[in-house]
Amino acid sequence: MSPVAKRSRPRTGSAPYVLVAPAVLLLVLFLLVPIGYTVWLSLRASRVTDGGIGPRVEVFTGLGNYLSVLTDPGYVSGLLRMLGYGAIVVPIMLGLALVFALLLDVPRVRFGRFSRIGIFLPYAVPGVIASLLWGFLYLPGVSPIRDVASAFGLPPPDLLGPHTVLLSVANIGVWGGVGFNMIILYTALRGVPREMYDAARIDGASEIQIAWRIKIPLIAPAVVMTAIFAIIATLQVFSEPATLQPLSDSISSTWVPLMAIYRDAFVNSDIHSAAAASVVLALGTLVVSATVLTTLQRRAYGRDR
Amino acid sequence: MSLLLRAGTEPAAADTEAVSKRPGTRWVPTILLVLGALYCIAPVLWVAIAATKGPGELFTTFSFWPSLHGGFGYNLSHLFSFGDGVFVRWALNSLFYAGLGSVLSVAVSTIAGYALAKHRFPGREVIFLTILAGVLVPQITLAVPQYLLISKLGLVNSYWSVLLPSIISPYGVYLSRVYAAGVISDEMLEAGRIDGAGEYRLAWSVGLPPMLPGMVTLFLLQFVAIWNNFLLPYIMISDDHRYPMTVGLFSMLHQGASQPALYSLVVMGVFLSVLPLIALFLFLQRYWRLDLVSGGVKG
Repeated sequence: MSPVAKRSRPRTGSAPYVLVAPAVLLLVLFLLVPIGYTVWLSLRASRVTDGGIGPRVEVFTGLGNYLSVLTDPGYVSGLLRMLGYGAIVVPIMLGLALVFALLLDVPRVRFGRFSRIGIFLPYAVPGVIASLLWGFLYLPGVSPIRDVASAFGLPPPDLLGPHTVLLSVANIGVWGGVGFNMIILYTALRGVPREMYDAARIDGASEIQIAWRIKIPLIAPAVVMTAIFAIIATLQVFSEPATLQPLSDSISSTWVPLMAIYRDAFVNSDIHSAAAASVVLALGTLVVSATVLTTLQRRAYGRDR
Repeated sequence: MSLLLRAGTEPAAADTEAVSKRPGTRWVPTILLVLGALYCIAPVLWVAIAATKGPGELFTTFSFWPSLHGGFGYNLSHLFSFGDGVFVRWALNSLFYAGLGSVLSVAVSTIAGYALAKHRFPGREVIFLTILAGVLVPQITLAVPQYLLISKLGLVNSYWSVLLPSIISPYGVYLSRVYAAGVISDEMLEAGRIDGAGEYRLAWSVGLPPMLPGMVTLFLLQFVAIWNNFLLPYIMISDDHRYPMTVGLFSMLHQGASQPALYSLVVMGVFLSVLPLIALFLFLQRYWRLDLVSGGVKG
């Protein structure tokens, strides 16, 4: 608009549309269209006609792909493994993040800056790189963990074996996520006016009581938010097990759903099963995070208001 | 633990002023935090030490003791000459994807966030709800359909295939809207309108300056997200000259499964790839407004 258009004051005009246009365009192109396309693909299948000698044609199969995905032992065990992984990683990671944030907020703690930056450090390490790093720490022949165990006369643990590999992958997730969540929660704690705690201190409340009764309820919204993002991130676990795969025989090509989706789409060229599995995974994530959101929110706000 | 903590506070309980002035360190929280920091730092320290070891030493010498037999120089020169210097290519590609992608992402998010926060216009609610839904849909489950779409556009295996999907960040738009609503003054916008300033000039000179701290934070978040992304480039790119560092080192490890001599080069690559982000954070940490993420922005 030129300065000549003075006082005409078009309250809305075209400006807001122009400003949101790039975001909306990209959102449609890389979010809505892919979602729609995935759903469409998941309802179709590619069949060979004439008893296996005719050309391949695409046919509508309704929920057939969903049925085969949900009864495929590879997908089902991958889904269960992923849920187990989430059940380990999310509570431990957020628990540690909350404890560290509260400890940083305690008055007269030494080396606070060192600890804060140290715990945050893994955020700067990509998941693949973290997995390479921990992969070497687990690998027999290189592993210092095994060296330490031997030094104490213990049998060196097999950190990449069938019974331990889930925990080993979970450890990478926890290691990579604690710092960022700690910083978010710590930032929320720093936003609380100090006077909130003075009365409790005068009444002789311990730091633990102050943390439990005052600080945690006050930062509950931030805790809920970190929980949601942790769940979404956990259900997308892919790069950690995919990276460890060459180092361990215990990680199959369908170890978690995204690995199975990748295999179906790019190795087996079965794009329709991959699409159905993607929809299942996305819907599952949506349901789990919405459930957690409503339960946590009720617990976080229900008591006070 | 609770006893120890309480012992520290009781004598001061009668006097608030004394609480802040009393000397003495709380050792239990300090020790727990230092242990946490050691858990987080030790693997990075280990990889720095392991990078000093030549291919023979990696599997034979004690892990937490650096080697002074020239392994560092050996690994460095062999890593840089690996595949005609493809490692440097990966590093530059990562920098390109993350640098350009996050700058464009911040630009797109900021102007959209500003418009959604400061303008009332038909369609606003629909757009915002779509963005909220986008925050909850795991982006990574869209990677396969995004691949199909990109291949329809004939862009598979090009720089565009990684760059374009990285620009849109529903979470970035959401944060920008929250931040814009908190920090931009409606009175100043109104005054500008009365003075006859155009909407784009207002956005530039009234809207933009207070949003800068939030934009730096968004830039860092998005830079890390793209730098750390693995599945998207892994699916889209097949030419190893366009790999980012994550996919490059991953492919090197896969080759290492048959040639263990590559492992010491991978260790060196991991060590080098960790350095730039740490440097970026130490440099930019004062500009980081994480209260934006924790929901504490009140303007």
